[in-house]
Amino acid sequence: MNYKMIANVIGRILCIEAVFILPACLISLYYGEMAVILPIVISALLTAAVGMLLLQPKPGQTPYYAREGFVAVALSWLMISVFGALPFYISGAIPSFLDSFFETVSGFTTTGASILSDVESLPKGLLYWRSFTHWLGGMGVLVFVLAVHPMSKGGGQSVYLLRAESPGPEVSKLVPKTHSSAKILYGMYIGLSVLQFVLLALGGMPWFDNITTVFGTAGTGGFAIRGDSMGGYSTYIQVVVTVFMTLFGVNFSVYYLLVMGKIKQALRNEELWLYLFIQAAATAVISFNIRSLFPTMGQTVQQAAFQVSSIMTTTGFATANFDLWPELSKWVILLLMFIGASAGSTGGGMKVSRVLLMAKAAKRERKRAVNPREVTVIRMDGRMVGDDTMQGIWMYLTYYLIIMLASMLVVSTNSYGVEVSLSAVVSCLNNIGPGFGICGPAGSFAEFNPLSKVVLCVDMLLGRLEIMPFLMLIAPAAWNKRGLNWRPFRTARR
Amino acid sequence: MRIVIIGDGKVGVTLTERLSKEGHDLVVIDQNKRVLQEAANQYDVLTVHGNGATMTAQREADVGRSDLMIAATSADEVNLLCCLLARKLGVPRTIARVRSPEYTEQLPFLKEDLGLSMTINPEYTAAMEILNLLRFPAALKRDRFSRGRAEIIELKLSPDSFLCGRKLYELMQLTKIQVLICAVERGETVMIPSGDFQLSANDNIYVTGASRNLAALVQKMSIAERKIRSVILIGGSRIAFYLAMALKGECAVKILEIDEERCKELAASLPHARVVHADGTQPETLISEGLAEADAVVTLTDIDEVNIVLSMYATRFGVYKVITKINRIEYNDLALKMGVNSIVSPKSISCNEIVRYVRAMNNTSEGGVLTLHRIVNEKVEALEFSVPANAPYLEVPLKDLRIKQGILIACIHRKGKIIIPGGSDFLRSGDSVIVVAKSDELYSSLNEIFKQ
Repeated sequence: MNYKMIANVIGRILCIEAVFILPACLISLYYGEMAVILPIVISALLTAAVGMLLLQPKPGQTPYYAREGFVAVALSWLMISVFGALPFYISGAIPSFLDSFFETVSGFTTTGASILSDVESLPKGLLYWRSFTHWLGGMGVLVFVLAVHPMSKGGGQSVYLLRAESPGPEVSKLVPKTHSSAKILYGMYIGLSVLQFVLLALGGMPWFDNITTVFGTAGTGGFAIRGDSMGGYSTYIQVVVTVFMTLFGVNFSVYYLLVMGKIKQALRNEELWLYLFIQAAATAVISFNIRSLFPTMGQTVQQAAFQVSSIMTTTGFATANFDLWPELSKWVILLLMFIGASAGSTGGGMKVSRVLLMAKAAKRERKRAVNPREVTVIRMDGRMVGDDTMQGIWMYLTYYLIIMLASMLVVSTNSYGVEVSLSAVVSCLNNIGPGFGICGPAGSFAEFNPLSKVVLCVDMLLGRLEIMPFLMLIAPAAWNKRGLNWRPFRTARR
Repeated sequence: MRIVIIGDGKVGVTLTERLSKEGHDLVVIDQNKRVLQEAANQYDVLTVHGNGATMTAQREADVGRSDLMIAATSADEVNLLCCLLARKLGVPRTIARVRSPEYTEQLPFLKEDLGLSMTINPEYTAAMEILNLLRFPAALKRDRFSRGRAEIIELKLSPDSFLCGRKLYELMQLTKIQVLICAVERGETVMIPSGDFQLSANDNIYVTGASRNLAALVQKMSIAERKIRSVILIGGSRIAFYLAMALKGECAVKILEIDEERCKELAASLPHARVVHADGTQPETLISEGLAEADAVVTLTDIDEVNIVLSMYATRFGVYKVITKINRIEYNDLALKMGVNSIVSPKSISCNEIVRYVRAMNNTSEGGVLTLHRIVNEKVEALEFSVPANAPYLEVPLKDLRIKQGILIACIHRKGKIIIPGGSDFLRSGDSVIVVAKSDELYSSLNEIFKQ
């Protein structure tokens, strides 16, 4: 295991994190929140110090492979969450470290589940940092590092980092060099974010609310700075946010194709159409179901569309308390939570492409039952999908279910009921944010017991990084001397 | 630059490695998924799975927007087809590997009509390199520059040589010949030496100068020089064919080949050579075919390991000159330790040609790379640059020029004369200059060797 390289990656990320914590000071300065400034600065300095320390051992030329990629990603995310929690904890705004950690993990994994029962009382500087973690975690911290600095000249090894962090069944680069690929991704990400900022500003949104909303939308996170999430803003603002949530839930390689002028190829993307279709269908069903709750049909559809978009893209903003909606709508919402957004976007969940491939595989099985000798091939976007990819998808589903059930077991100790426990776990594992009941849009995760909070943190990280990196941390096979451990045979019993 | 490589075989893989180190954007097309996966994991490249000779695959790899397409599949015909398609899609330059001797005659037509920028024939260039070594057997390696007028040759300093213990600046006085030692390999370390470097026994020295001066040097050093009059080639490969053709009239050639059909082909096309149907890996066969009496043995089977072992065997038997073909350059260090001195690596030679071409393409100003060779087992690059018409470093004495560390100006070629430069010599427009530098830095133009 190439520890030096892993330390080097973590070091870089911590230094970058420290740089990003500092603007929070300026915000607090602007709003006159003097008490928070010192804690923020201390947090930044501590983070930078540890980061610089880890950068000391020169990584050298030793190569790194898939396992180092996974471990580096997993440890990086743990570390940034630990250090990212410092501003909240040191300033005393969130007294418990576990709670601070929960909030930070929720930030970086773009979940948006909060343990704050009164968001608006938090100093603006901390609110800024809280929302910013969404923006950075959405496109990826390691992708940011790769965009800023090409990790190894000519060596393809940085692709392991890209693959470990990026979501989706098959991760590929947009252009030959990883560094260029990462730069392009961040370029488009920044572009869309700026566009949303401009449109929201045109709607008269105050600048602070604006940037925190953009952070939350771009990363499909969902941290709001108001107690009623997005409910208090104008219809125009809500519609803009709806549109942009959907946009950020689209596979970014589609945007790349559009930018490159390959419009036909972009529109041939099957995942895109399924994604949009599911959103449309869900909106239609829910609109019909909740038509009695709003005065006009227009409002009904707008509210349904917002919630559907928010949940499917796993953002988690809310303009209405869907916990009060009829059961059919809540089930549709739960279903959307499972499906999630498109691969290659900032959204979470199982990912539409996985669902699509599972459906295609099911169809193939049904065909095989009728014609056992016929050979059919699963295709997506005109290209054949190999058995190893399908294998990966089924394994992912299996792990996912096991983790979900185990987590529910722990969360059930709160005795809040199946609906709440299930929704809490599903919401965190899919990085959505609000669940039902006590952790619904009008509530928070404050009242869960510490063990549940720990498990939910793990779920959030597992969901965002799609399980593998963390599995690498605990699997002994990853840490051994690549299969060369000597184990004396057990003597057989006579 | 954006380069597409079609065919990820031996040459393809080496090209991927070298070109990605030079910092280009690479796309690799191949039919074998596993091979592509390896490439994607090891190098920062994009991979496309498919048949490179089809529009679909080339479009997917965006050949139309690339700067260069290199076709290196195992079939010449496929390579030519790839180039034809690529040109149609709009790529400005193409390189194809065409190795079959049957096509050499029509290459000029092909190049013109298909718009090929360059063809490479690794086997032919390897055969030519072996030919050079056979003509100058004292040298372990020969790399030629300036259309053959200047060379860098590798010599091993035997313990009883009069140069042992001497400092480099004494060389010209002692030998009275205009040559320069531009690199020394001692054990595992490579050095580009300055004047007060001291030579010791068993050093591998790389000497540059005019070809006839180097011949004179070898004589002076009384390295036993024998003219090669008889050669045994073990393995009837394409290289053997090209080599045997070239050696016609110069020496007696005997080829040992294990496949009967191949023997018949060779016998038909090489009337002057003796073709023997035998298993060259059997020691008894080798002895009975006159291994001990041959002046030179060249091991050319398809398997590197066999070549190394056979060469070691031939050396043990006291054959004067043994040349080995090793494709996997990773074996070179090991083979050299085993006493296998002269190694020829076909795919490395071809890759050097292509890398030189790419560097020349990349360099928009004048002062580009004319020739590129890698010496000291790929650790040192010897580049011949053309000196541009105007540059700040012209007509300035070399001792006043601020050249980067670790770079040596080995040789100046001016109007047909080879000059070994001293401190007061200078560069003039129209010259070509041979520069030696470690392979870590890659220079594509003469301007880059100077400190800014």
